[in-house]
Amino acid sequence: MTEKSLMKGNEALAEAAIRAGCKCFFAYPITPQNEIAAYMAKRMPKVGGVFLQAESEIGAINMVYGCAGTGTRCMTSSSSPGMSLKTEGISYIAGADLPCVIVSIQRGGPGLGGIQPAQSDYYQSTKAPGHGDFKMLVFAPDSVQEMADLVAKAFELSDNYRMPALIIADGLLGQMMEPVSFADIKETNATVEKNWKADGHGSKRKKNIINSLYLEAEKLDAKVRERFERYKEIENKHTQVECYETDDAEILLVAYGSTARIAKSAVRRAREQGIKAGILRPITLWPFPKNEICEAAKNAEKVLVVEMSMGQMVDDVKLALNCRIPVEFYGRTGGVVPDPADVLSEIKKIKGV
Amino acid sequence: MPSFKRPKSLADVKFHYCPGCTHGIIHRLVAEVIDEMDIEGETIGVCPVGCSVLAYDYFNCDMMQASHGRSPAVATGIKRAKPDKLVFTYQGDGDLASIGTAETIHAAARGENITIIFVNNTIYGMTGGQMAPTTLPGQVTQTSPYGRDTAREGFPLKICEIMSQIDGVAYAERVAVIDYKSIMNAKKAIRKAFDVQMKKQGFSIVELLSNCPTNWGMSTLDSIERIKTQVIPYYPLGVFKEGSIR
Amino acid sequence: MTHEILLAGFGGQGVLFAGMLLCNFALTEQKNVSWLPSYGPAMRGGTCNCSVCIDDNPIGSPMVLKPDVLFVMNQPSYDKFISSVKPGGVAFVNSTLVEKSSKCRDDITIHYIEGSKLAAENNLAGMANTIMVGKFLKETNIVNPENSRNAILMSVGEAKTHLIEPNMKAIDIGRNN
Repeated sequence: MTEKSLMKGNEALAEAAIRAGCKCFFAYPITPQNEIAAYMAKRMPKVGGVFLQAESEIGAINMVYGCAGTGTRCMTSSSSPGMSLKTEGISYIAGADLPCVIVSIQRGGPGLGGIQPAQSDYYQSTKAPGHGDFKMLVFAPDSVQEMADLVAKAFELSDNYRMPALIIADGLLGQMMEPVSFADIKETNATVEKNWKADGHGSKRKKNIINSLYLEAEKLDAKVRERFERYKEIENKHTQVECYETDDAEILLVAYGSTARIAKSAVRRAREQGIKAGILRPITLWPFPKNEICEAAKNAEKVLVVEMSMGQMVDDVKLALNCRIPVEFYGRTGGVVPDPADVLSEIKKIKGV
Repeated sequence: MPSFKRPKSLADVKFHYCPGCTHGIIHRLVAEVIDEMDIEGETIGVCPVGCSVLAYDYFNCDMMQASHGRSPAVATGIKRAKPDKLVFTYQGDGDLASIGTAETIHAAARGENITIIFVNNTIYGMTGGQMAPTTLPGQVTQTSPYGRDTAREGFPLKICEIMSQIDGVAYAERVAVIDYKSIMNAKKAIRKAFDVQMKKQGFSIVELLSNCPTNWGMSTLDSIERIKTQVIPYYPLGVFKEGSIR
Repeated sequence: MTHEILLAGFGGQGVLFAGMLLCNFALTEQKNVSWLPSYGPAMRGGTCNCSVCIDDNPIGSPMVLKPDVLFVMNQPSYDKFISSVKPGGVAFVNSTLVEKSSKCRDDITIHYIEGSKLAAENNLAGMANTIMVGKFLKETNIVNPENSRNAILMSVGEAKTHLIEPNMKAIDIGRNN
């Protein structure tokens, strides 16, 4: 037997979460993320953890808030319409500096949209995952193995920086099977003690309050600024990308998640045809790899951003490059997954061949 | 000689509540029960959005502040992680019976082993006196200036009566805090609810009929009189459900 | 070498399982594989397909739109996908449920096998899929047939080892027809 086994992305993520120390999972059904909850429902009782199906996505994210407030590693998952409902809770979690992991298996929108893969929640995830000035760690896996690896990383960084972490994938990554190994996934504890948790003071310490309310403007301002100092450190230390054939790339593609796989196929075909194309794949969408994109684009004549949206991340790419190089966009929406051949024609078009 | 002291689990700070409001009494009752059970170190309280939003500063146990209406879900998350702790929510009528109806009903239906302290004063207090789901027919509020018209605004929700129909509920009682006798009875109900929880018998809720002199636009004494003559007849006191669900 | 395989049929014919089985053959040989199902709101009885990629290099897009190898288990899938096969490609057709006179292509190789009929005759109800995998093992050399037992075990899982022998039998039937 090989050490790797075939697993769906959603299931691999769930198994990895348990191995990474997730103790409680709060669910609400929505396609295409149901395999995560189904897996958790089966496994959690066997490993002494908690699985609970909430009354709504709102209920689930608030259960996460309460559970995280006791210092317990916990998680919830949803898809686009459900993520909209969770935004209130996510804002409170960020405002109360609580660590947790949230998984978003995106589908097409707006409204009820569709159930096929999409990337149209980039803005929501990276810019406005709830009201107020805050950020979430946002990880975008592109394979089943990364669905597993990044959830472990998300728990660790979330604990260390006391902030919510999001794994953003889509129906394609959630549903597909690939070989996955859990050999490297272990529970890594927070490097800082959770001395803030509210789990009963046992008359041994001062009481703790989990709270996001600051009625004095100066205090709230200071709190927000303190948080943004933390964000700065994360930007410096934890931005993550994958570069493929970028060194001499004249056409630089930027794509994340499953779209990056498709773009990579197109880059390979372009190289076979003598076109110097390369791709940079942001693995963290927040922090966004601004410097890495500039570096990868140093020889580029043009940049092509590919997304399953009408163009959301493309704004960040333009900002990163400060409009120094023309940035083109190719996208499909509604659940239509771009074909590598279409991306290749875009590459040829902008290269003028 | 016994003297009247502040309960140990109630912080020695000035409350922000309006003069004459019974939140102070209810806080005290909860704190006295926590002291009597000697359980402050094992208690986690959840406060809502509404007048009691700052209750995290008043109780000396660990506290969490929840978003509007979500306290029962937050308490569920705490309790599932820490099943041996005492977990209570402290919620008003807008928080519990309007925006938080789903969370309340489903926590009850799950037989979630938590206690809800439900303060029903028939109005949204903190935001300035708007109509609540428990506002009585005919009651004048900022958003029912001509009196709640049931043809237009519908009817009040009777939470304890609803709770009495839910299998997950182990204890539901409605009490008032209007005189010595009713206050003593309210304390007994809170004790009972906490005992039910510690025995892991199921969901418990104590509804306390309370006043809001400020937004009712009357003196404290008149507000107490109103509870006696108008509120209690609509929301009768008593035990609505009792018995372990397990 | 890259192999893009598309498997299609009715829900319940084991199209997804057959795809997984192919992946596990390739996985046993340490190749890169991906398996991607079509998914929709219908839980039962609809048409169903899955994309399988087998590659010596890391797999880019897991979606197979123009397969090198097509498995079709029923008529609607034949009608829908036969034209998508790359010229020079191969199709495996469950001829119990697909008319042989159906529109044909002369630029691909088509292998017909009475999958459903052979399954019924051999008391292997529901294993037309594995019989077709057997045929695939016979007619191509994309994966090594010697790994059958291991690939089946990996596909059925430790909890369902009683399914190994029937699947082995189905593979043999496919390889001998």
